[in-house]
Amino acid sequence: MKEIKIVTKDLNLYYGNKQALKNITLNIPDKRVTAFIGPSGCGKSTFLRVLNRMNDLIDNVKIEGEVSVDGVNIYDKNIDVVNLRKNIGMVFQKSNLFPKTIYENIVYGPKINGINDKKTLNEIVERTCVQSAIWDEVKDRLNENALSLSGGQQQRLCIARALAVEPEIILMDEPASALDPISTAKIEELIHDLKQKYTIVIVTHNMQQAARVSDMTAFFYLGELIEFDRTTKIFTNPSKKQTEDYVTGRFG
Amino acid sequence: MLALHKKKRDFVGTISIWIVRIMFFSLVLALLLLLGKIVAQGIGTISFEFIFDDPKNNMTEGGIWPAIFGTIAVTFIMILLAVPLGVCSAIYLNEYAKDSFFTRIIRTSINNLAGIPSIVFGLFGLGFFILFIGRGMDEVLETGLLFGQPALIWASATLAVLVLPIVIVSTLEALNSVPKSHRDASYGLGATKWQTIKNVVLPQARPGILTGTILAISRGAGETAPILFLGAAFFLPNLPVTDLCIGDYCIPMINPAKQFMYLAYHIFILATQSSNPTKTLPIQYGSTLVLIVLTFLLNITAIIFRYRFRKSLGRL
Repeated sequence: MKEIKIVTKDLNLYYGNKQALKNITLNIPDKRVTAFIGPSGCGKSTFLRVLNRMNDLIDNVKIEGEVSVDGVNIYDKNIDVVNLRKNIGMVFQKSNLFPKTIYENIVYGPKINGINDKKTLNEIVERTCVQSAIWDEVKDRLNENALSLSGGQQQRLCIARALAVEPEIILMDEPASALDPISTAKIEELIHDLKQKYTIVIVTHNMQQAARVSDMTAFFYLGELIEFDRTTKIFTNPSKKQTEDYVTGRFG
Repeated sequence: MLALHKKKRDFVGTISIWIVRIMFFSLVLALLLLLGKIVAQGIGTISFEFIFDDPKNNMTEGGIWPAIFGTIAVTFIMILLAVPLGVCSAIYLNEYAKDSFFTRIIRTSINNLAGIPSIVFGLFGLGFFILFIGRGMDEVLETGLLFGQPALIWASATLAVLVLPIVIVSTLEALNSVPKSHRDASYGLGATKWQTIKNVVLPQARPGILTGTILAISRGAGETAPILFLGAAFFLPNLPVTDLCIGDYCIPMINPAKQFMYLAYHIFILATQSSNPTKTLPIQYGSTLVLIVLTFLLNITAIIFRYRFRKSLGRL
């Protein structure tokens, strides 16, 4: 097995008095795709947002336990959240491009991080668009409004935008759930290419998708981590009855 | 069998639609009559001299330039005071302040403030700006009676307080309408809170903020009551302008310490205290038309800006 990138240990999360995550202990491997599956409200998205501290932005959230990336506890009070989020990119369920041009969307991250050199920015735009397999579609229209792109293109542009700050980890929260099958296939192909360089964690509702794109799969249910193993094992020979029921479509 | 015949509820529906229609058209009619009469009666008075001359002969002849200039000057300074203060307060309330009992009281108070009669603001301005701040400054700085008297700046400040709720409420709404997902995207890319506000939230809120400014301009330029005690002069042909000199080079600047004429107040004076009502009536119509056109022009400018901003956001 590959090196471990993210470790969580006895992680509990509460929204006010309601416990949303219970004792999650999980090792996410480096440069692999790890999928989180489970029925709605099982806590998989919440857990994803623990990993780049997006939950900090919500009032009334309390987190106990330990989350470390490369051995560093990211909930330590000396951690700079802004820097953390730069290293852990995120792609959301619905495309959330800014109402700016395609070019401005991609350079947003580098710019707020202090890169202003025109040439460097141009290079970043081309590199990230090539990486996210959208360069041919946007290279002639970089100064058009990003919202004029199709849904699938927008989502790939979101990935390009996330890559522009050169993260090591990319978190994806159901990135293809609002897309048609062809766009979904493109995103999945893209995920496959990206894992050469990045550690990818993806939340998905679509079990075929998890089976297709991921190396490791974690099954969540009611805030608990039921099973975590190699994807082939989870889908062919799960060790827990609940996992088997879910992946075979008996509930969920 | 299918029920294909018209039912009673269709009848009720038709009646309701007609009531709404009649209401709407009577409102439009009233508005057209009002504007029509002002335009018809006022247009004859309008001329280059009327706009750019001083009032003459006990205000029964001549033009209204000092009143036009005073209105623009007061409104301009009012915007300079109200917009930054209002927008910053709204940003603080919406983005930084935690939702607590205290902030909820502040929000409610802001809404209530918009409903206070404008004469109350006038008295507040007199008491607070002139008597408290102005006289206070005079005492502390030992300047005699300099700040503690009616002046353009105090009128602008009072109008600014009057329009502040409008600016704050519309800015709050504009900030609220920026999708949370865009903020998340920004934070996800490693932006700080201020970077997110500056680069993502404010550009998108700009059309809404401008709407608030437009409303504030119209409201402020049309008010009479609040400035009654605050420096609006009955007759004052001298513009509130002083040359500002750097070495030998002088440019005329609005002098906020002076008194001024004001269109809305001028109309009020002509209507209530005219020495010769028959002769001042055309001037009154002319001034009203000018005031309406002036607010209309200010609004148009702001609307053009808003349109541009929206277009740049790709919303049109």
